[in-house]
Amino acid sequence: MSQPTPAAVTCRGLVKRFGGSSGVLAVDGLDLDVPAGSVFGLLGPNGAGKTTTLRLVTGLARPTAGLVTIDGAPVSAGRGGLDARRGIGVLDQDPRYYSWMTGRELVALAGELQGLPAREARARADETLQLVGLADARTRRIAGYSGGMRQRLGIAQALVARPRLLVLDEPVSSLDPEGRRDLLALIADVRASATVIFSTHVLADVERICDRVAILDHGRLVTEGALEALLAGYASPLYRIDPEPGQEAALSALAATLRATAWVDGVTERDGRLTVSVTDEAAASAGLLPLVVAAGVRLAGFERVRPSLEDVFLRLVGREPDASPGGRAAA
Amino acid sequence: MTGGSVLLRKEMLESWRTLRLPIVAGLFLLVGLTSPLLAKFLPEIITAAAGDQLPTIPLPTPVAVDAVSQTWKNLAQFGAFAAIVLAMGAVSTERDRGTAAFVLSKTVSRGAFIAAKVAAIGAILALCTALAVAVAWVYAAVLFEPLPVGGWVAMAFLAWLGLAAWAALTFLGSTVTGSTVAAAGIGFGALVLLSIASAIPNVGRFLPGGLAAPAIALASGVPVDIGDVLAPVAATVVLIAVALGGAAWSFGRQEL
Repeated sequence: MSQPTPAAVTCRGLVKRFGGSSGVLAVDGLDLDVPAGSVFGLLGPNGAGKTTTLRLVTGLARPTAGLVTIDGAPVSAGRGGLDARRGIGVLDQDPRYYSWMTGRELVALAGELQGLPAREARARADETLQLVGLADARTRRIAGYSGGMRQRLGIAQALVARPRLLVLDEPVSSLDPEGRRDLLALIADVRASATVIFSTHVLADVERICDRVAILDHGRLVTEGALEALLAGYASPLYRIDPEPGQEAALSALAATLRATAWVDGVTERDGRLTVSVTDEAAASAGLLPLVVAAGVRLAGFERVRPSLEDVFLRLVGREPDASPGGRAAA
Repeated sequence: MTGGSVLLRKEMLESWRTLRLPIVAGLFLLVGLTSPLLAKFLPEIITAAAGDQLPTIPLPTPVAVDAVSQTWKNLAQFGAFAAIVLAMGAVSTERDRGTAAFVLSKTVSRGAFIAAKVAAIGAILALCTALAVAVAWVYAAVLFEPLPVGGWVAMAFLAWLGLAAWAALTFLGSTVTGSTVAAAGIGFGALVLLSIASAIPNVGRFLPGGLAAPAIALASGVPVDIGDVLAPVAATVVLIAVALGGAAWSFGRQEL
């Protein structure tokens, strides 16, 4: 069978409001272009509109206004959207499946519902379950699967028909480190034949496999672009000041001094450390350490670092991508 | 309809694995077995139960028509209960559990999703009704006399149509409210209200309850005016069509 051609996705003026005209605005005038063949990371804090956007892309939700197209065909929840939805693999944030089925039956069902003949769907189900590490559990009822196994099963059902577009909502949320590594490898493998859109709060994963990133906040697009360009665009140097313990007062005083300094762009205090972004690298190189010394802060570490996606995210959104411990630990 | 046949197969397999089909079939089998028996031995049962309290009231000797009436009554009561139970969670459970989103993220229309469920419920009710009526016919033939097979086939069809009406109204409730409990309430409420309305002269024949008289007559070998059959059949078909059309329309506009 020939490889599918990856699909391009566009959102134009996309609006989704829940609960009538005075309800919650989940997506607010979103314009987005996902190029064919890209691995596209959708980032944002809780309630940013990531899941709603993905449900609009897959036709599971109806937009209040605006349009989503896949390869030019409009997506809709009705019969008219079937052409656009052909060849899409979807993994929901909280995947639920028929607990009375075996894993193999469910994946084969997903294949058949995407147009595969029954025999081919069963063969592909076996292959895909092998790929996600569920070969041994394929004849067991889904009712007995753990959360991680269900997540793997969800990935298998999304991949079984070799989709041209893979939409994954928080795909690593229930996976252990090994499962996470395997999934990222799988995504890297399918990028030749499919466009991948996935939402996550694990920014390290995004940096590892995405070539394009969009950051949402309050349903609006904050920024979108190639990952390298995004990092370069917000590449004002960062300095991390790591003091010896027990100097909270001195550290706060230093932070206040730095915020009042002309060449300092921003100061964040986290985990007893200061991260300082600057607008004038030369001035910072010459002036930052003397300010630290003048404040009487004894240093355990001092370094100049390349901004990470997390730094860019914090700078643009002003808060963490997600408050969950798993997210922080992984990132 | 895209994905419809695959989903129908899944629905039937689900009915079997979750024991819905075996349990409903068992209930209908019991109805088929016990109805002619009950008709045959009801006078003895009453006499044994009443003892000396009914010495002067002569009980009529049971005849084959009593077996027909008893079969219809039991089918209409227990069958309606089964139809409501089959339909009450059809859509609401899938929405609650998130499995509807799994199916509808594939190349499947919402119409196909609804149609497969309706077809599965209709098929289960048809299978179980046929089973009950076939068993009841055999018992009636053994205990009384063989009655016209064609008439019993007609009664089975009319019974199925009546049960389909209760299932359709419950299905509408399951789709519109998204709640299994509310759907059951709507189904039983409709059953009670329409059964009461059936007693109103000239109204009853345009309700599912109007199917009883022609069904019993046909199964008993009594000639029936075609108009007496067509009126309740047409009314029931319209009721089913409106309920299922409403369910499909509502589901097509829902968020998952």
